[in-house]
Amino acid sequence: MHAAGLVALALAIAVPVHAAGGVRVGSKSFTESYVVAEIAAQVLEATGEVSVERRVGLGGTGIAYRAVAHGSVDLYPEYTGTISRAILKDASIDSVEAIRAELLARGLTISDPLGFENTYALAVRADLARRLGLERISDLARHPELTAAFTSGFLERDDGWPGLRRHYDLRLAAVRTIEHALAYQALASGTVDVIDIFSTDGRLSRSGTVVLRDDRRFFPTYAAVLLARTDFVERQPRAWAALERALVGRIDGGAMTRLNALADLDGRSARQVAARFLGREVTDAEERARLVRELGTLTLEHLGLVAAALALAVLVGLPLGILAVRSTALGQAELMAVGVLQTIPALALLCFMIPLLGIGTLPALVALFLYALLPIVRGTYTGLATLDRQLLEIADVLALAGWRRLARIELPLASVHVLAGVKTAAIWTVGTATLAAFIGGGGYGTLIVRGLALDDATTILAGAIPAALMALLFHGVFELIDRLLVPRGLRLVMSRPR
Amino acid sequence: MIAVRHVSKRYGATVALDDVSLDVGPGTTHVLLGSSGSGKSTLLRVVLGLVDADAGEALVNGVAVTSGARRHLVGRVGYVVQEGGLYPHLTVGGNVSLPGEAVGWPRGRIAERVRVLTELVGFDTAMLLRYPAELSGGQRQRVGLMRALVLDPPLLLLDEPLGALDPIVRADLQAELRRLFAALGKTVVLVTHDVREAVLLGSTITLLRAGRVVQQGTFAELARKPVEPFVTEFLVAQAPPPELREYF
Repeated sequence: MHAAGLVALALAIAVPVHAAGGVRVGSKSFTESYVVAEIAAQVLEATGEVSVERRVGLGGTGIAYRAVAHGSVDLYPEYTGTISRAILKDASIDSVEAIRAELLARGLTISDPLGFENTYALAVRADLARRLGLERISDLARHPELTAAFTSGFLERDDGWPGLRRHYDLRLAAVRTIEHALAYQALASGTVDVIDIFSTDGRLSRSGTVVLRDDRRFFPTYAAVLLARTDFVERQPRAWAALERALVGRIDGGAMTRLNALADLDGRSARQVAARFLGREVTDAEERARLVRELGTLTLEHLGLVAAALALAVLVGLPLGILAVRSTALGQAELMAVGVLQTIPALALLCFMIPLLGIGTLPALVALFLYALLPIVRGTYTGLATLDRQLLEIADVLALAGWRRLARIELPLASVHVLAGVKTAAIWTVGTATLAAFIGGGGYGTLIVRGLALDDATTILAGAIPAALMALLFHGVFELIDRLLVPRGLRLVMSRPR
Repeated sequence: MIAVRHVSKRYGATVALDDVSLDVGPGTTHVLLGSSGSGKSTLLRVVLGLVDADAGEALVNGVAVTSGARRHLVGRVGYVVQEGGLYPHLTVGGNVSLPGEAVGWPRGRIAERVRVLTELVGFDTAMLLRYPAELSGGQRQRVGLMRALVLDPPLLLLDEPLGALDPIVRADLQAELRRLFAALGKTVVLVTHDVREAVLLGSTITLLRAGRVVQQGTFAELARKPVEPFVTEFLVAQAPPPELREYF
């Protein structure tokens, strides 16, 4: 068969060539991470010495860290507190030097702090703060009459309210749960007096709120740094120096809060915000034109991903389905295995791929391929297992065997089920492929993930609508393939009233 | 030509065949007669090697048939089932070409053979392009017969070939089958529950009940010297009622 050749071809298409002088900049999928990564990317581009590949929107810490540890990205913005708690899993390692020393063994390093911290903090209305003289968290102890509303995460985490209350010996009149999105409104309307916030939240710069100083240092330090691979730093010392020059100590809390506000509240793209920080301007028109170009690239990526995954799944699934019918024990084991694969949440499957295959198109392709297997194997199995027994006996009597029997009799008779399986797989894959963006696999999901992070409906729709259209397109294409591949005689039987 | 020796077959608690023996000489037409569940189809399938007997054996041309050793039947046995057993995804031509393809005949030889058979059953060549779903029951049956005759096997096995047809078409085809069997000189074993068909086509008859042979012989022997009352019962049950006899 040409199967091996096709697999090699699919992989060749799927794995992007990594330029020798290139830097791959990653980010997690929330506004601040996008913005800081974009600033880093533009600084690198401005050196004129390296080409920059943006692999942004890589889900949460788990995915982003694996990406840098595995060498799929060279750097991404991270926070010291996150590194010690989530990555090194030792809260006592909290200084920049200690973290750097610990990371060295893993082939990683961090820059000096960029200047801002993004940590939990408590905020009160500015007028209330003036009236009661509130500046520090310890000041709250004097006002047990105040009411608070906290997000559920903050209420439950030990480094949130439970720990904070003990640490400062606080007693507030009422503590309620509130959705993050509603907290600022509740504060502004006077419904509550104290809320928990992230210290660089864009809304801080636009509302009359005051952040209380953590005077007894309860909250861990979440100082922003760049987490980078040491081999990148050694290979591109000048690029790394340029980054440190432009970023270290250059973004204070106020600046970051304003940059976040530009993205979250004014609907500017990360590129526009980063450009403004670096003293340049990217207009909305330029940005729209870029989005259209990007949509073209993403369409090709998405289509390539779906087509390659589907082709591989057909190539592998069809023989597996045939094998499953031939051997009962093996067949059941096999159907169970592909069934179990299906129960793994798509995002989890994508994450499992990272240690094996890194991030990018290849792991996404493999995950999508595994997902597409079940409907194809099942369809083939069902089609072949439910063939008319008499027709098979006649093939026995005619001594039709092997390939000829499969190609001439069994597969054509099973074609309706087989194609139904492939069609289901295709439409699922178009949908599931949007998740590929979480591990840098590209495609329409890139826009959906970015839109979700920036709370920007337009960007979400710019990804979601084409994805839906592509699913429709695939549906149409498969109707056509049905017409071509399901033998006319079978269609006559199906359309006949019984 | 065919020799069945003390064949028994059970499916769980159900006895399908119980110590059945049978001899069919070359060039004769033998009818396996009985109601449904009598074991007549199972017997035919044992002869074809589609079912393995629990005990006893079936020989075709002196060679024992089992599901594992059926190759020697290819080209020696043609098989026709109810409604023709045609592959719905293949045209008439495609269906009829299959036996030739399976034994690796060149295209020209297959085409020539299909042409001869098309004439034999009285079809127009345009019929070869139609799909089974576009045919009448009688036409489908003729195609099934054509397919069974492609390799010109000396032995034809037919399982209720006319079972699904309406009475007039059925009578027509019975007459046609009789003509064909006589013209081709085949050895034929035909399964049916229809006494009229048995009389018309069969030189000898085996009457089966619940997997056992009740009586073997010509129709005249069965009618005149029944070995037990069931034989007469079975034959008379399908005769026209007395008040209609004067019309026949």
